[in-house]
Amino acid sequence: MNFDFSEDQKLLKEQVSRFLQDKCSLDIARSILESDEQYSKEVWKGLVELGLTGTTIPEEYGGLGLGALELCVIAEELGRFAAPVPFSSSVYLATEAIKLYGTSEQKELWLPKLASGEIIATFALSESASEPSEKNINTTIIGNKLNGKKLPVPDGSYADICVVVVRDKGSNTISLALVEMNSKGITKNELKTLDPSRNHAELIFKDSPAEIMETGSESWLCVEKCLDTAAILIAFEQIGGAEASLNMAKEYALDRYAFGRQIGSYQAIKHKLADMYVKIELAKSNCYYGAMMLNDDGGDFKIAAAASRVAATDAFNFAAQENIQTHGGIGFTWEANTQFFYRRSQVLGLALGGLTTWKNKLVNQLEEKNIA
Amino acid sequence: MDFNDTKDEAEFRSKVKAWLKENAPKSGKSGGRYDPLDVQDEAIKEARNWQSKKAEAGYAAITWPKEFGGLEGTPIQSVIYSQEESNYNVPGGFFEIGLGMCIPTMMAWATPEQNERYVKPALNGEEVWCQLFSEPSAGSDVAGIRTKAEKEGDNWIINGQKVWTSGAHFSDFGIIVVRTDPNVPKHKGLSFFFLDMKSEGIDVKPIRQISGGENFNEVFFNDVRVPDSQRLGEVGEGWKVALTTLMNERLAIGVPKSADYSALTKLAKEITLNDKSAISNDLVRSKIAEWYVQAEGLKYTKMRTLTALSKGETPGPESSIGKIVSAPKMQDLASFAMDLQGASGIISDPEISLLHSIFQNQWLSAAGYRIAGGTDEILRNIVAERVLGLPQDVRVDKAVAFNELPTGR
Repeated sequence: MNFDFSEDQKLLKEQVSRFLQDKCSLDIARSILESDEQYSKEVWKGLVELGLTGTTIPEEYGGLGLGALELCVIAEELGRFAAPVPFSSSVYLATEAIKLYGTSEQKELWLPKLASGEIIATFALSESASEPSEKNINTTIIGNKLNGKKLPVPDGSYADICVVVVRDKGSNTISLALVEMNSKGITKNELKTLDPSRNHAELIFKDSPAEIMETGSESWLCVEKCLDTAAILIAFEQIGGAEASLNMAKEYALDRYAFGRQIGSYQAIKHKLADMYVKIELAKSNCYYGAMMLNDDGGDFKIAAAASRVAATDAFNFAAQENIQTHGGIGFTWEANTQFFYRRSQVLGLALGGLTTWKNKLVNQLEEKNIA
Repeated sequence: MDFNDTKDEAEFRSKVKAWLKENAPKSGKSGGRYDPLDVQDEAIKEARNWQSKKAEAGYAAITWPKEFGGLEGTPIQSVIYSQEESNYNVPGGFFEIGLGMCIPTMMAWATPEQNERYVKPALNGEEVWCQLFSEPSAGSDVAGIRTKAEKEGDNWIINGQKVWTSGAHFSDFGIIVVRTDPNVPKHKGLSFFFLDMKSEGIDVKPIRQISGGENFNEVFFNDVRVPDSQRLGEVGEGWKVALTTLMNERLAIGVPKSADYSALTKLAKEITLNDKSAISNDLVRSKIAEWYVQAEGLKYTKMRTLTALSKGETPGPESSIGKIVSAPKMQDLASFAMDLQGASGIISDPEISLLHSIFQNQWLSAAGYRIAGGTDEILRNIVAERVLGLPQDVRVDKAVAFNELPTGR
């Protein structure tokens, strides 16, 4: 029985944690939230220098050639510090998509640049408030011309390249296309969102030049593969964020006195924090299995991805909101640091589709595999 | 990451497999491992036979020292044995409290001669033990007990009442905590004994539960004489001894396998809502997903615990969440499954009710599991205090003599 991360992976986790502790306090998230900066260039540069953007990129393309488990421990720490960087879009989504579906030319061209941090990439799926599906993707590619609208696209205002979910007009199947964001015919409108420490944009493509990727006949399955992969990685960020929220609530419950004693001695507070802890542990255990399935390309990959996402979204949403509740009035102020996790919990929880979508996906999978 | 055995574990597992294949009963009258809150008396003989076979092979107490009949094995070996045994229809449920709580307390506090006398018969299943702690006025606040013992020569005379005593009606011996000094604060006036359940003056009365089963008892003590030599620990230090027992309690009390997301799915496929199969209803699907994620979360939390054991480490605090999640889940899931059946949901006749009324039965017994072995609320306090390090609640009873505490009714 060895259902745990290895010593090397734990060391990597510590190393990332130390770096973030040093360079990415919540003051950094605040500075991005309060300014026009789109992300923390200093933190990003540090992550690049540690080689983390190339974690799972094979060595032949200049990456570290490590596996998904290493990416999971990194994700957990980025979540813990609410790091205002484009890691989830560039690494979990775009890099993994290019690794999976890029043509050999695309891999040769872009993976080394992603590993070295020369470029930032993103992934564009959502087009409206309706749940994205094989039927309603309206962004089209004909030949190498891209047309349509995507929103919200994470880091869309400044990413250098974008993997776009498109309808291939020729075959009428869903596919992925790679577009360079400085191409003509692309309009980028920065969006006002709940979490200004993470940039989001509306992208409008008008006859923009794009290259189709190698998704073969997979059609919508290729989108699901990308989303399931990212779901597990983002779930680890959510766990990091949830643990940070619980920790913040705990510290406050120990410091704050009311009616002559620490508020953490009241059962109303103790039980709330115990509930946070329980949800986090349940999520963590689901995520460990998700990590294992992602790493091994295991038979339960899709189910484990959905279960990780449902559990981690629930845990982070709950921990972030109850952290504010534990703080009382001060937790609702602009100056309090509770807001970063409250905002981030929704950004991460909705990024790949909400709980409704993922619970349904999960039960579809259970039915398909005849488990339930 | 993997779920594989190490080489040593694999070796042990194959030994256990071979032994079980040779020795485990092919079919049991009891219908497998039954609900410990609903024990049938006639099953005990069958259970004794099996227990003595296990003890002979050393599998009854794998982690115990050899002098007490154990194998001096590791916790993970103990887990491996249980995993393999669960593939068979073996009787059980009578010895868990004795071997899980009472005998470990004896081993820590009794004299070598006493352990020589009592440990092996308990291990073999010849003698059954029970634990006499809770009282009508002392449940979660177990140190608030009122059953008293007064010294008379070399004996103690016990008077009072215990309650929720599992298995008292078929037990040979019991461990008991009593008040020997009401003039000092409550934790300081307790003493701890073991006693013969057939002693004169002990009266055991079964308590009928909501579920109709009778496993718990009230036990009345009327001038019961216990020799001072059967005291464990010093006079007035019974709480210290009781803590040894209580530390083992959460290891011993679990929740049985219950109807889960898959049973709910089966039900949803058999009935309609809004003229469509209930399985296509989004609310039903959302609930199935939630309970699936909880069940998986518990399953893999266990794997994390086993991993720590396998590496010879102490499991992390995550192992404490099991009953907090599983007991309310039992109740909520059953309640939802009955809700889906509308008016028919009240029918508990297994001949008529869908899925042989498993949800109705589960709903009744779940109410007990949220209380037994630590209520939901006490378990949350434990997580908050021991895992998260939050302070204890203010204790108004700490510095007050027990007989001056307000008692209500």
